[in-house]
Amino acid sequence: MIDVAAVSVTYGHGASLVRAARNVSFHIQAGDALGLVGESGSGKSTVMRAIAGLIPHAEGRIAIAGRVMPNKRPRESRRVTQMVFQDPYGSLHPSQTVDQTLAAPIAIHNLDNAEARIMTALTEVGLGREHRFRYPHQLSGGQRQRVAIARALILEPKVLLLDEPTSALDVSVQAEILNLLTRLRRDLGLTMLMVSHDLAVIAHICDRIGVMSRGELLEMTTATDLAEGRVNHPYSRQLLRANRGFDPSGVDVDVTA
Amino acid sequence: MSTPLRVGAPTGWRGWLLDPAPASRNQARLGRWYRAWLAFHRNGLAMTGLVIVAALVLAAIFAPLLADRELAFHQVLEDRLQDFSWLHPFGTDELGRDIYARVVFGSRITLTIVGLVSIIVLPVGLGIGLPAGYFGGWIDSVLMRITDIFLAFPRLVLALAFAAALGPGIENAVIAISLTAWPPYARLARAETMTRRHAEFIEAAQLQGASSFRILLTQIVPLCLPSVIIRLTLDMAGIILTAAGLGFLGLGAQPPLPEWGAMVSTGRAVLLDQWWVATIPGTAIFIVSLGFNLLGDGLRDLSEARSG
Repeated sequence: MIDVAAVSVTYGHGASLVRAARNVSFHIQAGDALGLVGESGSGKSTVMRAIAGLIPHAEGRIAIAGRVMPNKRPRESRRVTQMVFQDPYGSLHPSQTVDQTLAAPIAIHNLDNAEARIMTALTEVGLGREHRFRYPHQLSGGQRQRVAIARALILEPKVLLLDEPTSALDVSVQAEILNLLTRLRRDLGLTMLMVSHDLAVIAHICDRIGVMSRGELLEMTTATDLAEGRVNHPYSRQLLRANRGFDPSGVDVDVTA
Repeated sequence: MSTPLRVGAPTGWRGWLLDPAPASRNQARLGRWYRAWLAFHRNGLAMTGLVIVAALVLAAIFAPLLADRELAFHQVLEDRLQDFSWLHPFGTDELGRDIYARVVFGSRITLTIVGLVSIIVLPVGLGIGLPAGYFGGWIDSVLMRITDIFLAFPRLVLALAFAAALGPGIENAVIAISLTAWPPYARLARAETMTRRHAEFIEAAQLQGASSFRILLTQIVPLCLPSVIIRLTLDMAGIILTAAGLGFLGLGAQPPLPEWGAMVSTGRAVLLDQWWVATIPGTAIFIVSLGFNLLGDGLRDLSEARSG
């Protein structure tokens, strides 16, 4: 469903050129979920944003559902891929009701049955009629993230990109959102790509996990292998240790240099 | 199924407006307006400003009911420069016209100028500022250099030059004021846009396939508009004073139109002996300018309370 081949993303040019992602390749089957883990600045969000079409990729090829994606995406191709952002406080327009937020994509793509689509999307994410005409400031963080997920689902995408969808939420709400995403993936047959620095969150959703550092995809592993510590790259081992808790003796300075 | 009644919650139409779970688009919108009104209502100075501005609008609409049009324009030379009386509450001017009636009818001219300037300045300011802030790059450079050029001229001097070149009159005064008034709005709209163009809800709209035009219109304009309108309200005093200044210098509304600035100008000659001829229209200018300033301050407090 998603085919990423030798993709590089650069910012700036000349002397200030930054290569945020280098030669990243992976493939996700339809209905699968892949997680990208890594510390801040490892390029995992950059790769996701390039797949979403929010930033251009300098080299390589991105294909979604068998179609190669140019840097300037045609409008109808947007329906295939939707994204849920990290911060549910920043990803909803502060002066628009849930209803307006959900109606906008329907208007953009000239879809019919706006009323039914909005109610379906709300039901899918576990929100009711009483939430429909509220403003974001009248919703809790978890409810906002549900609205953001509903907005992504309303175009009936095949691919859902998740950019740390739970990191801004408190722990009890995190579990609710993760369960919701698991259920949606099963019910709607969504293909998912998730970015997080939290291995537990990634392992909850994803079957396969890619470890990224300094713009490179170091290793592909599975959720079970990761849970049992069967990883090959020294950086992956360090990341695993870091996630179990801080242990100064385990810090291996500059393993990727 | 009955909805559970919250203890102490307002009922009736107020309860409907303040319902945290509105049942329709209009209820949500009206509820939002009502909440804003409740906050605005508590601000005494802002309410004073609102009352003054409302009085100006009502005076302009109902001028023929409040005063006799005949008295405002008809010259009665034997009644010239009369003191306050029951017939002429604010006396008469040098041509025997009733000053009260002229001030009341002058509100129409003031409101026309203020309204026309707003209608020109808002779209021009937003039209230049929004694309500059949103697209950045060379579009921003070109649009902002044009803005800088207009910003470099002193306001009254440019307005004077235009009024002199185009000929005196209300329409030309409006054009002259608008030409000098729009650049700050373009800058404001640009700044507001730049702080929001990388917001996640803008990226979400881009991901949905929204065109730049749609994003500007539906996502960014609603966020820029409050601060632009507040700025415009606070600028109203300056616009009214500029219009009055042009009238005073004979480049605005022409006789016999009862423009307040022109009325001050004619009263100048008799200021020491018949002080009311210049003072009454001057007071009208002062009160209306003050009203717009108080209203603008109140709106700013409201928007800061909401965002903060």
